[in-house]
Amino acid sequence: MRTLLEVAGLTKRFGGLVAVKDLGFAIREGEILGLIGPNGSGKSTAMKLIMGIERANAGSVRLAGEEIVSWPTHRIARAGIGLVFQHSRPLHRQTVRENIKLALLPDSLLRLVADRAVDEHARLIGERVGLGAVLDRHPATLPFADLRRMELAKAIARDPKVVLVDEPFAGLTLGEVENFSALIRSFREEGKAVLLVDHNVKSVAALVDRVLAMYLGERIAEGPAEVVMRDPTVRRVYLGGAIGTHARDIAPEKTGVPLLHVSDLSVLYGKAQALEQVSLEVHAGEFVSVVGLNGAGKTTLFNAISGLVPYSGRIIWEGTSLAGRTPGAIARDGIVQCPETRELFGDMSVAENLDLGGQHQKPAQRAERLAWLLDLFPILQSRRAQMARTLSGGEQQMLAIARALMMNPRLLILDEPTLGLAPVILEQISRALEVLRQTTPITVLLGEQNVTFALPHADRVYVLEHARIIWQGPASRFAEEAGAGYL
Amino acid sequence: MRILSALVVLLALATLPFWVSGYILGVLTIAYLFGVFAMSWDLLFGFAGEVNFGPTFLIGLGAYSAGLLDNHGVPVWLCVIAGAVAAVFGGLILAVPALRLRGPYFGLITLVAVLVLQQVIVIFAGVTGGEIGLTINDVLSLDPGHNYWLALGFLLISGIVLTLFSRSAAGLILQASGQDPIEAQVLGFNVVKHKLAAFAISALFSGLAGAMLVFYLGTASVDTVVDISVGVQIIIAAVLGGRRTIFGAVIGALFLIIAGEILRPLGQLSTFVVSAVALGVILFFPDGLVGYLLRRRERA
Ligand SMILES: Nc1ncnc2c1ncn2[C@@H]1O[C@H](COP(=O)(O)OP(=O)(O)OP(=O)(O)O)[C@@H](O)[C@H]1O
Ligand SMILES: [Mg+2]
Repeated sequence: MRTLLEVAGLTKRFGGLVAVKDLGFAIREGEILGLIGPNGSGKSTAMKLIMGIERANAGSVRLAGEEIVSWPTHRIARAGIGLVFQHSRPLHRQTVRENIKLALLPDSLLRLVADRAVDEHARLIGERVGLGAVLDRHPATLPFADLRRMELAKAIARDPKVVLVDEPFAGLTLGEVENFSALIRSFREEGKAVLLVDHNVKSVAALVDRVLAMYLGERIAEGPAEVVMRDPTVRRVYLGGAIGTHARDIAPEKTGVPLLHVSDLSVLYGKAQALEQVSLEVHAGEFVSVVGLNGAGKTTLFNAISGLVPYSGRIIWEGTSLAGRTPGAIARDGIVQCPETRELFGDMSVAENLDLGGQHQKPAQRAERLAWLLDLFPILQSRRAQMARTLSGGEQQMLAIARALMMNPRLLILDEPTLGLAPVILEQISRALEVLRQTTPITVLLGEQNVTFALPHADRVYVLEHARIIWQGPASRFAEEAGAGYL
Repeated sequence: MRILSALVVLLALATLPFWVSGYILGVLTIAYLFGVFAMSWDLLFGFAGEVNFGPTFLIGLGAYSAGLLDNHGVPVWLCVIAGAVAAVFGGLILAVPALRLRGPYFGLITLVAVLVLQQVIVIFAGVTGGEIGLTINDVLSLDPGHNYWLALGFLLISGIVLTLFSRSAAGLILQASGQDPIEAQVLGFNVVKHKLAAFAISALFSGLAGAMLVFYLGTASVDTVVDISVGVQIIIAAVLGGRRTIFGAVIGALFLIIAGEILRPLGQLSTFVVSAVALGVILFFPDGLVGYLLRRRERA
């Protein structure tokens, strides 16, 4: 088996921060190398260096023996390296088919008509990744998993020798992860070399031939998955322990007026019914999880509560209707959403983003909160002056959660907070939520499809499927009554 | 169906010289050339994703090169071609360094380029006619009808070429480069190359139209082909008609020129009225007139 990709001594500095430090590895034909490490350890940066999107300060990258480290990105791509980004980057004005077609085109100014074969080829690839039914839709109307499929489709279309895949499983359900794993496995059969980054440790371990673990830009372990996962350093900095259940012995009072009362909520997007007659209650001090697969309607539900989408039905907050209130007024009333899309101010620093969150509070209180949050997410402390846009995926997620907490919410809505976070951070957030629950009167509404995170904290669980609530009950009964498909 | 109605409209426009006055033909001739300016601009903004604040840099280069050569006795058609070549050449000299910069800098550089060109024309007044303008003795044709047909034919050809290009495979790559240059590069496209090509095409048509305009007007002056305000009009026309539609730019240009002409008796006020209408359209139909109609059809 030929070595396809060889990386040696790769180093990248951003100002004083060394994001990647003297990194080296090799991947052979038909081999999948897993790259794991905590948030901000330099995994995505390493991929960008290989792809020429960021310029290495030192080191070498060889593709089938040829040095490519100083080549421009498009030339590296033409030479046979493909990258699937951590965040989907569709062309919004084009259809899915056109997005795939684009990846099939040669880099030519003179190619004015793409021939029939290209169209046909795009369709085949679309079908291979499971996009056959939505080829003529625009990306904005696609559910999350389909967007990720489209990114994979583009990579397949380019038919690269080396594929770099950044967090393909993030935000996907168990079944979807299976699908994606099968697609990535097919890369191996085609003799491609694959570099795979993901925080879904189980799925990575099941898929890869070898694992390389990074920490602070450096390699800390390399070898077969079982060995690396048992490595004490990897356990300490990355895997952490299991998330414990925090079921409370006494369920909180559920009598009286609920804090939030949603009844018969329906939302239409054009002709598509995103929510149908959804009713739910959240009582003060409660911790309620809404569990549902991608596209079930969780985000729509939260956006309706936050006043971001028009709806029919009633949303009552502390006895008064929220109908007609602006999103700003709703947020000032204490309903704070930490959206799936994060919505950070990309060109502002971490500190500025946090300050904006604390705008409406007294200085003393604000300072105290800030100190607590920076203690909770130490990495944000060390990145205080950095622009939010340049944070790693997981760091952005931490910042979004921290900013929401800065607003001192009475009802905190967390939409998929686990997206892209390392296991050890999940554990930290889990503990933080527990502390919050015990020390403050906060009420939490959590949307998740990752039930291992949603269940341990929940007093009650709602299951949302195809726009409707199909089950509700205490977390303890979830596994036996509604767990199929989630556990 | 669409092609049929387009043909009917086109035929109707082509018969105009037989039954409308020379004055109206004159206004339309200028409007058509203006339409080419706006379409060329839309190729850069709507497709390559670059805001060119200096369309008049390209137009001015074409116009003045043609005019100066004409004053030296070069045949008219050669002057027009030379104008186009000069616009492409000058445009590339500007774009090669400017496209390396990210963000709003491309726009700023194009803006500065117009000011520089304007200064150069004023400083070398001896050759260029300076503030007064350069008188041009030759014309494309003495017959207003012929001039009208030339402009209409030129508009048609430019429209077809630009539309086909924008919808071609290369046009798709260009749009990708405009929307997400990093992603486009990861897909193996040389973004700078594609944007430069778009710039060159835009410059080619701008230069040609600029050269034809001065021969029609009989003079090349800063106020008519270089001034920033002319560039702003072109931008308004393209946005008004609907960015990323090519065709919309023509509609926007026709609207601006014809409305300006109809309201001319109002004097200063006419500019105000036209601008207010344009502002209203942009505020309420951010996709522009044609963009709005296309969107509605898509949704239906
Ligand atoms: N342009 C930049 N300027 C400054 N710092 C940067 C820049 N890009 C990345 N960094 C920093 O470099 C570090 C490595 O980032 P990288 O995106 O590679 O992390 P990662 O391992 O992919 O993390 P995650 O698992 O959260 O996606 C991070 O701490 C990040 O904040
Ligand atoms: Mg990353």
